[in-house]
Amino acid sequence: MSVPILETVHLSHVYSEGTPFRHVALDDVHFAVQPGEYVAVIGRTGSGKSTLIQHCNGLLKPTSGQVLFSGEDIWSSKERTHQVRFQVGLVFQYPEYQLFEETVYKDIAFGPGNMGLPEEEIRRRVLEAAHFTGLSDDVLERSPFDLSGGQKRRAAIAGVIAMEPQVLILDEPTAGLDPVGAKQILDNIRAYHQEKKAAVILVSHSMEEVAREAQRLVVLREGKIALDGSPEEVFAHGDELESMGLGVPAMTAVFARLRAMGIDVPASVYTVEQARDAVLAALRRKEGRPC
Amino acid sequence: MLKDITLGQFFPGNSPIHRLDPRAKLVAVIAYIVALFTSQGFLTYGICFVALAIVVKVSTVRLKALVKGMKPVVFILVFTAVVNIFYATGTPIFSIGFLTVTYEGLLRAFFMVIRILMMISCTFLLTYTTSPLALTDGLESLLGPLKKLHVPVHELAMIMSIALRFIPTLIEETDKIMSAQRARGADFETGSLVQRAKALVPLLVPLFISALRRADELATAMECRCYHGGDGRTRMNELHYRPADTVFLICAILFAVAVAVLGAFGY
Ligand SMILES: Nc1ncnc2c1ncn2[C@@H]1O[C@H](COP(=O)(O)OP(=O)(O)OP(=O)(O)O)[C@@H](O)[C@H]1O
Ligand SMILES: [Mg+2]
Repeated sequence: MSVPILETVHLSHVYSEGTPFRHVALDDVHFAVQPGEYVAVIGRTGSGKSTLIQHCNGLLKPTSGQVLFSGEDIWSSKERTHQVRFQVGLVFQYPEYQLFEETVYKDIAFGPGNMGLPEEEIRRRVLEAAHFTGLSDDVLERSPFDLSGGQKRRAAIAGVIAMEPQVLILDEPTAGLDPVGAKQILDNIRAYHQEKKAAVILVSHSMEEVAREAQRLVVLREGKIALDGSPEEVFAHGDELESMGLGVPAMTAVFARLRAMGIDVPASVYTVEQARDAVLAALRRKEGRPC
Repeated sequence: MLKDITLGQFFPGNSPIHRLDPRAKLVAVIAYIVALFTSQGFLTYGICFVALAIVVKVSTVRLKALVKGMKPVVFILVFTAVVNIFYATGTPIFSIGFLTVTYEGLLRAFFMVIRILMMISCTFLLTYTTSPLALTDGLESLLGPLKKLHVPVHELAMIMSIALRFIPTLIEETDKIMSAQRARGADFETGSLVQRAKALVPLLVPLFISALRRADELATAMECRCYHGGDGRTRMNELHYRPADTVFLICAILFAVAVAVLGAFGY
């Protein structure tokens, strides 16, 4: 395997050290992302997901351990930490609350502007980021505060994409959106992932979402990595996930029950579409059999 | 960093001081401040110090918390001390250039610093041992008579309690927005004063917008629950005045009078 683009080594983080509110949020976490990989981080509320991803671009400093970007410590110098923030783009939960400029265009240009890029390059990036997130040209000239919730969210994501990070991290990007808006955003992210060959880390609560989007799932439990593998491997631990308060996608659960009843269907079914195909295949097999 | 602000912080507890009626505590704090300002010499300041020490001990508030609250006023303390040392006439001890340090000046600086420290300690003691809600209820009840003069006492108390309630929320929000803008390469720490002031725009705009949104939502939520001001509003937690409160209050007032009398005689 090549050098991971992002890696945490024995990463631990303790909040409010030295007070009665001391809390170990991350405990000796080893987490690595290959270039161009699509990873999802799941875990119940308070398991340390947000804490982990804020370490990935140097917003939080490890209590102990290291965070490596392309094999080099991101805390080796102040300049490097600042540079890594542009290489590892982080979209916070409810990012629409960070919009502040007069127009959407200017807001998206804030990140590239901080990188010290020339004017034409900024323009190119803003337009491209708007294209990735499906924002039309007339939206770019409007005030970000006049947009709909979904549009605001996409404008905020565009603000990070415009920095063209090699690793794009999103903390629950679909929280509070309707299914159509959520799907749009996931499609936008996938488009960026595929066209720019960028690595993506998606934090999510929806098992369906991560099963459909990600190549690899990382499950956090109380600040430790509990499971790490392909969706197939991770969802094979249905009971364990259940005990962590997570569970498996609804379709996977249905198919597990069908298998338990002795019906010959595949175990790796996560989405409704896959379920439809599997059921049709099973029916076809049955019809082909002489009664 | 931002989380370290202790303004209006309340440490829940169950000491006799915690259990006192907020009105009694408010009046006692005023009495104590009056006593401090009528103190003149070692005897009266000594009495004030002992009284404060007893209350701190009974309240179980940790000394560390009190000292931490002093940090922001260190500058004022130093300033007061310096001004007082040099601007008093009396027996000179030594002089630096045209500045003369006198015995009276040193003494006055010492007393001034002690006075400010004890004043801050006693107000912190009040906020540390009284929940913000109880405090504003107490204030509203104490200022009640001013309603006759058409002073909007209830509204003022409401404003105060809402402000206190939202301080931690806004601090948290500031932290969050700062992180989000940092992730886009914003730099709040380096650069000239002008650059740093400019860097605050991406922080302040979202912060104000969210504060206004919260205010709007809160107003709607209050109206939905039929809030229409103080008239005829009943409370879930009525303030109950107990005999212990009366005893405490009488002690506090007697204490203030005694110190004032001693102070008047120059002790
Ligand atoms: N600034 C902070 N100070 C103290 N404790 C914190 C702070 N931020 C988070 N924590 C604690 O650290 C733990 C992990 O928090 P974190 O935000 O990483 O969880 P999460 O997995 O992102 O949860 P969610 O799904 O709710 O977003 C929680 O128990 C939380 O209470
Ligand atoms: Mg989180």
